[in-house]
Amino acid sequence: MARPTRVLPSIDNENQFFWTSGADGLLRFLCCDDCSYYLHPPVPECPRCLSRRLSPRAVSGVGEVHSYTVNHQSWDGDPDPYVIALVALPEQDGLRLTTNIVDTDIDEVRIGMPVQVQFEQHDDVWLPLFVGVAK
Amino acid sequence: MTDFERRSVISGIGQSAIGRRLNRTGLDLTLEAARRAVADAGLEMSDIDGISSYPGGQQGAMSAFSGPGTPEVQDALRLQVNWHSGGLEGAAQLAAVVNAVMAVGAGLARHVLVYRTVTESTAQGSGKRQGIGVGGGAVSGSMQWTIPFRAYSAANWLAVNAQRHFHEYGTTPEQMAMIAINGRRNAALNPNALFRDPLTLDDYMASRMITTPFRLFDCDVVADGSTALVVSAAEHAHNVDHSVARVEAVGTALRGRPSWDQFDDMTTMAARDAGAHLWTRTDLKPADVDVVQLYDGFSFLAMTWLEALGFCGKGESGPFIEGGRRIALDGELPLNTHGGQLSAGRLHGFGFIHEACIQLRGSGGDRQVPKPVDVVAVGNGGGPIAGAMLLTREG
Repeated sequence: MARPTRVLPSIDNENQFFWTSGADGLLRFLCCDDCSYYLHPPVPECPRCLSRRLSPRAVSGVGEVHSYTVNHQSWDGDPDPYVIALVALPEQDGLRLTTNIVDTDIDEVRIGMPVQVQFEQHDDVWLPLFVGVAK
Repeated sequence: MTDFERRSVISGIGQSAIGRRLNRTGLDLTLEAARRAVADAGLEMSDIDGISSYPGGQQGAMSAFSGPGTPEVQDALRLQVNWHSGGLEGAAQLAAVVNAVMAVGAGLARHVLVYRTVTESTAQGSGKRQGIGVGGGAVSGSMQWTIPFRAYSAANWLAVNAQRHFHEYGTTPEQMAMIAINGRRNAALNPNALFRDPLTLDDYMASRMITTPFRLFDCDVVADGSTALVVSAAEHAHNVDHSVARVEAVGTALRGRPSWDQFDDMTTMAARDAGAHLWTRTDLKPADVDVVQLYDGFSFLAMTWLEALGFCGKGESGPFIEGGRRIALDGELPLNTHGGQLSAGRLHGFGFIHEACIQLRGSGGDRQVPKPVDVVAVGNGGGPIAGAMLLTREG
């Protein structure tokens, strides 16, 4: 399947772990070493316990479609419809990512659909996308 | 001590020419609107001692969205001000008005020129609506969490909210359509509106999909135009020859995470907090409101404002607007009486406050609601951005 042209994130010290996490196939979020709260987007201190002992922690990579939209407008010149989704991760209530659902029949995408992370590499960036998982 | 809000009135309003591809500069349009607003307030330009705008002057391609900054306008008008402010962060577009009301309430200024100017139609030219970040370099800050996933537009970000609302509450496209159809019906009576031809439910349902569940007619239309207001110390109300809008209360709260995709309840957004906050600052109740002017950059946003301001229960905006009778000009809660941004044009927030003042004065002409108008509620913004204001008639 042809990959779309994408505008990529600018990598800095704060976000590098996130955008390169997929190099080994795992999705990681910044997490508090003291109270195990996931911080997303990453920030320098834990808003729950104020600890600064934070490190990337791998999650299962499974999730659920919290909501989505099928985009039809050709913003970037590619005419094909695609799915933008908000995927909720089971590791923490409210831990979510805006992402795409790929390699999945667009008509099958539903709120509540189980999904699995799949990375799309662009040079030194691994974008976490998700694929629908049959129940 | 009275709340600061009630020390201010909106004593004058003015708009420039409004249209598509006017090929005039933002400063040109702003001066036209400003002169009209100041004259309407019964003032000379030399009486103006404060200036406020949203979102402040921006550079390059963003200047068509921002209009001129306050230094440019101050200089062109040779104003000598005691207070000046322009910026993007705050209670949506209404932040510029709220800031002016605070400045007057605090005694820093007596007559503040407040404006919002867009030339997005001229900038767009004959091309299509632009996405954010398309064709540009790598993105940073909050944009890095959406743009790489080809979520290039607020249409995409907010469609996700709408889809969740449809899922949780059974909201339908036919219900949401009523925001667009109602706006068009009112725009037909507004000579300054951009789109005035009738819009039927069939037209709406047949329009092309932009990003589900948003169709073309759920998305506002870019415009060129400037809206100006004069926020004055309340005593000035006695010096003008027309009714004015007294500021009764503002709603500026933001309690959920200020994020397009990390907000706790995706069916509500920041309007929930600003709307609830508004009612803590007044003795008036939703039932006292005669007319509402609610942001419809996307049709769904006006629905979230109806819920946020308590005109219907959470999740109930679909049934509330179904069929469109209730929100019609002669309905129990007339909505977006000028046509909203969907049909009157994207003046970006300020069209609603301008129209609130028109309705309070009774100067709406063919679109004036056929009942006394004493209280109007205004809601601006969508997603993590929201501000609300309650205006009452004085004089």
